Amino acid sequence: MGFQCKDLGVTYKTQNGELEALTDVSFSVRDHEFVCLVGPSGCGKSTILKLVAGLLEPTLGTIAFDTVPANGRPRNAMVFQEHGVFPWMNVIDNVAFGLEIRGVPREERRAIARRFIARVGLSHFEESHPHELSVGMRQRVSIARAFVNDPEILLMDEPFGSLDAMTKMVMTEELMGIWSRQRKQVLYVTHDIEEAIMLGDRILVMTGRPGRIREEIEIRLPRPRDLRDRDSAEIVKIKEHVWEILEEEVRSGLREGS
Amino acid sequence: MNGRKLAGSMIPVIPPAILIVTLTLIETVTRMEILPSLFFPPPSAIVSTLYDMTTEGELLDHLSATVLRLLTGFLLGGIPGMILGMMMGWSTAIRRILDPFVAALHPVPKISSLPIIMIIFGIGFVSRTIVVAVASFFPMLINTMAGVRQIHPIYFDVARNSGASRMQILRRVVLPGSTPFILAGVRLGLNVSLSISLAVELLLADKGIGTLIWMAWQTMRIEELYAAIVTAALVGISIRLFVQVMLDRCVPWATKART
Repeated sequence: MGFQCKDLGVTYKTQNGELEALTDVSFSVRDHEFVCLVGPSGCGKSTILKLVAGLLEPTLGTIAFDTVPANGRPRNAMVFQEHGVFPWMNVIDNVAFGLEIRGVPREERRAIARRFIARVGLSHFEESHPHELSVGMRQRVSIARAFVNDPEILLMDEPFGSLDAMTKMVMTEELMGIWSRQRKQVLYVTHDIEEAIMLGDRILVMTGRPGRIREEIEIRLPRPRDLRDRDSAEIVKIKEHVWEILEEEVRSGLREGS
Repeated sequence: MNGRKLAGSMIPVIPPAILIVTLTLIETVTRMEILPSLFFPPPSAIVSTLYDMTTEGELLDHLSATVLRLLTGFLLGGIPGMILGMMMGWSTAIRRILDPFVAALHPVPKISSLPIIMIIFGIGFVSRTIVVAVASFFPMLINTMAGVRQIHPIYFDVARNSGASRMQILRRVVLPGSTPFILAGVRLGLNVSLSISLAVELLLADKGIGTLIWMAWQTMRIEELYAAIVTAALVGISIRLFVQVMLDRCVPWATKART
């Protein structure tokens, strides 16, 4: 279930006039495709996710989904960098939240939630509250909650951005494992180029504000990919290419900012 | 065990030790008449007066009158304060419309409205309760509003992303997310209610701890005066303990996450 974004633009009204966050953003996500968005900070990556999620209306442009259910929008689930799990709910209630909202009876939703909690390796923590968990474990809860909703589209906003390098590597591999079993359409925001190369079928590189898609890069590496291969010639080549674009964008952003 | 550890393990014993030393000191000074016992009765005498007043006198009647007044007033003012605070916290429009009025009325010392309230509602139980209600309305409103506003916007996004209705967001995000602040408002509100209750009783009630203080003063029964003040202090301490228990029970995630 893919979707196409066409000429998206977002303008915010601020006290100092209008702020153009996004302009002429067009791209598509195909069936079962994992697409990564990379770009300098503040370029509107997260704004694109909110548009697709329907949390924000675009000022300009349209998003067309391949199939649209009667009630409007195909089911999507968002994973945030942090603050994604409710501190006042225990793990199982957090994971079952979407099911609760849809009116799934308590015992049934807990049974479903348990399956997904097991899949992210948190079976012993079902009754724990987020403050009793590490940051990495909380992100597992977020991911389990997203998958439990059986979304057509998965939107991830730097889900591992606040993790240390080791945990991040493990979590990235786990995410690839889960995704390979349930091939959702994914739009994944990150500022980590290596991560994008490891995960994505395609990388969309964005410009600085107002954000546009500057280049699309197909990643034709076979799956499953091994994070230990990241020094291979092909990966290094892509990395250097993306980095060149980003460096240019970041530098010009700094010049404008000063 | 090294010195620092030893010192650390001593810390819990220090407050009771300070209390005992202070009380002993006052007891000695007053017994030796270094301070005139007419104005400063020894702590032991206050405790025994407190005991006599509880068993023989009407202390419990006065206490329950004050507690009833402060609770009725608090609920009457606090619940609307909480509801309005929630609306003002959640909706920017409502906040912008009502905030000027809150800002103007909040600093007014509420006890100063008592004469007007008495003119309107007479000098009975109703007036005395209404002034307590008015006083506890604002701490609840302001804390609840702050409590809703400090909820991270991402929690609202998560809920909306799951398709939650406004009712569901209220029940699963707004209420639990603001509970720590609401409980802080409960503590402030109850304390204000206690102060105002006492003030009203000093002025015109026929029953209550404030009345007791006033009567003891007029008849120069200094020990009873102190005993009544100690009773008022105990009510204040109970409020604190009650809120602490509520915090531990209702929002362990907020209290324990910070330690």
